[in-house]
Amino acid sequence: MSTVMVVTSGKGGVGKTTSSASLGAALAQRGQSVVLVDFDVGLRNLDLVMGAERRVVFDLVNVIQGDAKLPQALIRDKRLENLSLLPASQTRDKDALTEEGVGKVIEELKERFDWVICDSPAGIEKGATLAMLYADLAVVVTNPEVSSVRDSDRIIGMLDSKTRRAEAGERIDKRLLLTRYDPARAARGEMMKVEDVLEILAVPLLGIVAESPDVLTASNMGAPVTIHNPASPASVAYMEAARRLMGEDVPMSQPAQRQQGLFSRLFGKKAAAA
Amino acid sequence: MSLFNFFQKRPSATVARDRLQILLAHERALSGRPDLAAVLQKEILAVIAKHIPIDQDKVVVKLDRGAQVSTLEIDIEMPEEILARS
Repeated sequence: MSTVMVVTSGKGGVGKTTSSASLGAALAQRGQSVVLVDFDVGLRNLDLVMGAERRVVFDLVNVIQGDAKLPQALIRDKRLENLSLLPASQTRDKDALTEEGVGKVIEELKERFDWVICDSPAGIEKGATLAMLYADLAVVVTNPEVSSVRDSDRIIGMLDSKTRRAEAGERIDKRLLLTRYDPARAARGEMMKVEDVLEILAVPLLGIVAESPDVLTASNMGAPVTIHNPASPASVAYMEAARRLMGEDVPMSQPAQRQQGLFSRLFGKKAAAA
Repeated sequence: MSLFNFFQKRPSATVARDRLQILLAHERALSGRPDLAAVLQKEILAVIAKHIPIDQDKVVVKLDRGAQVSTLEIDIEMPEEILARS
């Protein structure tokens, strides 16, 4: 059984592409076969984050328009053989994507992979609506910040009305992935807490990824953080989220604070008591 | 993995800068024009198809864009029976 999963957010810069790459790699590291599909036509970046930018020949638009066969456009990851990438086109615009064309490609991908992960562009226009259209499962990436939470709410509304599943009266499974979380600032009351965001959005939590310098380092290197630095707290969070996606019951751990000896010890005690 | 290890000795910001320089040089040179690699692969396949029938599914195209040199690798499966006939 194959799952089509959209990684979406509404707002830009919250970590959709990073999370798509990291969750995809984490699922592949757990033995699943995974394809990452970049829907950001005209502004592709998943290839760069995956370190495959030098190897792109054909793209999603080429496949939809019949200029290339799907296997020719798929780029197999050099580190994980069960992880592939279908890049977006850099030279076309989003109008090159059609509902029918995307549907056909996704059907074909479902035959080959356990997970079809659609990395949505920011915004609520065509690229974003097509990325979510055929999804069985949506990961809503949110930062604990007012505009991100508001945009996530908007996207959740769209997931519940503008996907094939919603149109058929079925439920689309939605999970919240809280990224760039700063436990120290949340503890000081300077940032909304996990519970605050969960209460507002009312979507089950998939994971909490604390702000981590390792994420930037990994994207500099062109590798998902779970591959580049598996010991990083961000990698641990993504690996746990991937296991939850696979149906495992993994207890949610609050991220510890970094480089703040006394504070983190205090927070550690508080978290343990909570 | 040797290349990966080699990269790791440099600061990641340097790796990021070098990767972007190579990528952007190619993208800027390309703006408005169709990708040469894609055009080449299409025309090469057309020439081969004149002589032997090609199963598009059995064609593997690999590209590696480098700073100085890019390589285009086209793998075409040519079954014995077809070669014998032509």
